[in-house]
Amino acid sequence: MNPFNKDTEELKTIAAQVRRDILRMVHAVNSGHPGGSLGCTELLVSLYFKIMEHNPDFKMEGKDEDLFFLSNGHISPVWYSVLARAGYFEVAELATFRKLNSRLQGHPATEENLPGIRIASGSLGQGLSVATGAAQAKKLNKDSNLVYVLMGDGELDEGQVWEAAMYAPHHRVDNLIAIVDRNGQQIDGPTDAIMYLGNLHAKWESFGWKVLETNGNDFNELIPSLEEAKSLTGKGQPIMILMNTIMGYGVDFMMGSHKWHGVAPNDAQLQEALLQLKEANDDY
Amino acid sequence: MKDFPYTESKDTRSGFGAGLHELGKSNPNVVALCADLTGSLKMDAFKKDFPERFFQVGIAEANMIGLAAGMTIGGKIPFTGTFANFSTGRVYDQIRQSVAYSGKNVKICASHAGVTLGEDGATHHILEDVGMMKMLPHMTVINPCDYNQTKAATIAIAAYEGPVYLRFGRPVVPNFTPADQNFQIGKAVLLNEGKDVSIIATGHLVWKAILAGKILAEQGIDAEIINIHTIKPLDEEAILASVAKTRCVVSAEEHQLNGGLGDSIAQLLARIMPLPLEMVGVNDSFGESGTPEQLMEKYKLNEGAIVEAVQKVMARK
Repeated sequence: MNPFNKDTEELKTIAAQVRRDILRMVHAVNSGHPGGSLGCTELLVSLYFKIMEHNPDFKMEGKDEDLFFLSNGHISPVWYSVLARAGYFEVAELATFRKLNSRLQGHPATEENLPGIRIASGSLGQGLSVATGAAQAKKLNKDSNLVYVLMGDGELDEGQVWEAAMYAPHHRVDNLIAIVDRNGQQIDGPTDAIMYLGNLHAKWESFGWKVLETNGNDFNELIPSLEEAKSLTGKGQPIMILMNTIMGYGVDFMMGSHKWHGVAPNDAQLQEALLQLKEANDDY
Repeated sequence: MKDFPYTESKDTRSGFGAGLHELGKSNPNVVALCADLTGSLKMDAFKKDFPERFFQVGIAEANMIGLAAGMTIGGKIPFTGTFANFSTGRVYDQIRQSVAYSGKNVKICASHAGVTLGEDGATHHILEDVGMMKMLPHMTVINPCDYNQTKAATIAIAAYEGPVYLRFGRPVVPNFTPADQNFQIGKAVLLNEGKDVSIIATGHLVWKAILAGKILAEQGIDAEIINIHTIKPLDEEAILASVAKTRCVVSAEEHQLNGGLGDSIAQLLARIMPLPLEMVGVNDSFGESGTPEQLMEKYKLNEGAIVEAVQKVMARK
């Protein structure tokens, strides 16, 4: 059981606040990755406030709870905000993002013992392997909880992803739900212009995954898809959710362009963006 | 010069296999992963007796390192097995981010290190692995010298919490260290006391150092011989105590001079006790095909090279 179990209206309220956090964090240090963070806000809010069984009183081993791994570590702002809003650490600590001596490193890390983070990520392509290993450890431990991992679609360029894609079905790792943020953008431009990904549904299916597709920016589609994914675990196959999102979702002038992948808004842009997002749970 | 009797020669990789099998029996958290080299790594016994804790990864070393890092999160103690080349250079970034930086309790077990892999040639010989691994913060680097020591090291690293690189090899070498040795990570082993020169060796070069010590004794040179099985953390205290007495050092290893044990000793001496050092190792070159014996001869990784280095370093005292 999720410790919050929020309804859709409450999730929308939290998502608006998380988006405010993301924008204010990257603005304050004039660095970080707002585009993917905004696009994945509904997903992380859903996982932590509705879907996952988890305990904000953080324990690294995560026994008897669901685990989440962020493979595309550059969207750390959304994860930090959601973790803080879920009570893993003080919301005020978001103000230290990317600053010297902070636990909120540019990319997630364990070295500073930030609650909620179980492995460093940022160098892409490693999270699916890590999550698969964690899922197998759960099986060995007779722990029936699930492991979630989020990857970017640009990240699928990395060869290691496909090593893990072969491994998980071969070893029947069926307590694993992987999610690809299919926003179609990467640093240099649209994913299909940089490195054509082709039919991802067919690709993952042919590797032996059970594949779902959903709209990652609409709770009314996303929550049922996540529930369906849960219901499909334990049947001998890992689950892949191809999650269509819009990079920069929630701020009109940031939406749908790779331009906001790794660029922070300036003062005027921040103000314009914040006007579009209702402050609900108090800014940090 | 002390005598080092032995009754048999064995490969260090078999010491790893035997140690891993022992761990299978004694520690239910120990799991093993292998990238399609189960026989070469001598992991068959573990695989046979503990199949539910053995994970065949296929020829996908990057995935193997990530899986192992993930398994630690459930309290498992993963031992990964492949050749030293594919355990390090091929997966450096995976080890760096998912294991070392993340402080994960993964044991990276690397066989067929150095030129003694032999005929396969330079694509498979790695002579840079110790350098790569010792540069990583949090990483412990161990290179035992014979079967018994490799078995003891394998068992010891399971009880240590943190990432470890364990390096061993393919050729059969004299098995002379005690079967019941108490392997202490980071503790040098003083094999022979002497006063004229400190020979500090690791891995397969330890036996070569003993052979060199015998030749030197015939020449009236009294060599102190130290087995450094743990290159990081380096037992600085033991090295400095020896060098304070002998006033000169020869390092010996089956590795590049750049980045190896000799490099660590050079840093230590330069910082604290600047005294002459000669280094036996591979000097900025790749290996090549040949028998292990031919390669050890050609690349000056044998007792003759150590004796020559001793004569050179003593003349510099």
